[in-house]
Amino acid sequence: MTRGARVGLKVAVWAICLAPLATLAYQAWANDLGANPISYLTNTLGDWAFRILLTSLAMTPLRLLFGWSWPIALRRLLGLFAFAYAALHFGVWIVLDQFFDWPAMWADIVKRPYITVGLAALLLMLPLAATSTTGMIKRLGGRAWNRLHSAVYAIGVLAALHFFWLAKKARTEPYWYALVLGVVLAIRLWDWARRRLARRQVAARANRAASSVSR
Amino acid sequence: MLIRRAPRFKSSEITDEKLYLRRREFISGAAAAALAPLVLGADRAEAKTPAGAPLKAAKNAKFVSPDPPTDFQAATTYNNFYEFGTDKEDPSRNGHTLKPRPWAVQIDGLVGKPQKLDIDQILTLAPLEERVYSLRCVEAWSMVIPWIGYPLSVLLKRAEPTSQAKFVEFTTLVDPEQFPGQRKGLLSFGGLDWPYIEGLRLDEAMHPLTLLTVGMYGQVLPNQNGAPIRMVIPWKYGFKSIKSIVRIRLVSEQPKITWEKQAPQEYGFYSNVNPTVDHPRWSQATERRIGEFRRRKTLPFNGYGDQVASLYTGMDLRKSY
Repeated sequence: MTRGARVGLKVAVWAICLAPLATLAYQAWANDLGANPISYLTNTLGDWAFRILLTSLAMTPLRLLFGWSWPIALRRLLGLFAFAYAALHFGVWIVLDQFFDWPAMWADIVKRPYITVGLAALLLMLPLAATSTTGMIKRLGGRAWNRLHSAVYAIGVLAALHFFWLAKKARTEPYWYALVLGVVLAIRLWDWARRRLARRQVAARANRAASSVSR
Repeated sequence: MLIRRAPRFKSSEITDEKLYLRRREFISGAAAAALAPLVLGADRAEAKTPAGAPLKAAKNAKFVSPDPPTDFQAATTYNNFYEFGTDKEDPSRNGHTLKPRPWAVQIDGLVGKPQKLDIDQILTLAPLEERVYSLRCVEAWSMVIPWIGYPLSVLLKRAEPTSQAKFVEFTTLVDPEQFPGQRKGLLSFGGLDWPYIEGLRLDEAMHPLTLLTVGMYGQVLPNQNGAPIRMVIPWKYGFKSIKSIVRIRLVSEQPKITWEKQAPQEYGFYSNVNPTVDHPRWSQATERRIGEFRRRKTLPFNGYGDQVASLYTGMDLRKSY
């Protein structure tokens, strides 16, 4: 892929990821956030945080399935946008929904499992966002950085639980998000199992070769 | 020598000058058409009050609210009515599929005079009155709504409940043609067990606050708010106030209500508004009044304790939630 195409792709990701925010800003300006604006803002920001997170988690499976390299170049950008939406989602809760009622918020965090896991997911995103720069990758070393950033799988699961536990029964959306999460994680698992098996076969072949030589 | 060539363009291919001058309008028109779903998406939730036919009712001075009524637009575009879909905007978006006429309500079970009443007949059984009640949703938001109707007790007395009758069971219409939320499909595995069933203890049903409702804001009840006839029980969470009723049955056993069947640990038969009993997943201590910024404290029995608390003396309302 040419440098130009890569830049074009990134510009497109920026535009798509900023569009929901721009829409919200427009709706806020036009006084068009519906009857319950705070709830609408919270839900929309949360929806997009989860959608972009799932998109970022779909990049590696795209490479595994189709051998494309370009999705990998978008992972960081998508991950940071997911974090930005999650942070705004949390910010709206603190400022607009609870209006800095710290005791009430703390009570909710310890008592409501959906809030507990939601906050856990956001806190887990912090170190990942902080170590997203090229400099930090170098400083940590690829292996340690990869290990740290595998926390994103836990974040995905926590986000799915957050959605399941807050939604009223009879709503179907949490199932669809969980299904997508399941698929993108299953592709990784399949790839991991495949590589492990291949490594074992190589080792077994080497062993056999070694034993036949020694005979 | 003059070399004659066929013209490059036939005269029919030449763009009319007027059209040429309007080319930008055309492009911006096409762009606007392409963008319309994005921009206008927000408009979809506009109120679709069928006729908005005015409904005359005398204001009942005993039931007024110190708080101003919720904006009509908000009250008719933001509510739960799962028969139309699970989003708050679905009822107003899909409400047009319901046909509130002709409509009949069956009153039967443990009554001396079972009967089937036409909606227009029901409208004439007692003088219609306007009462301003506050409505508290189990999701922790609330509204103030001027309802029009008369006490349910009028209708129940007409049917003459027998001495065995202890509870009243209400049923909403089942018709996937009129209620898109009731359609079964590959992708619609959500939703509730239809029909929607609600219930009250007989003394709750006979209580003067319990309003058989046919209108709001001086109008015939809009489809999305439960046309043509619904209950309003202001001291209970909103889901108890069942909509689009087709049957009222007097029974001896406590009815199994829809949300209780769906999630018994979350929703109880009584579902009285109670700030000290949290929903397992969220607090009921505060609520957001639609149209207000700060949350306000939720009152026991939604502020109607002086009138209804005596119905529950001796009961543990933490257990009977």
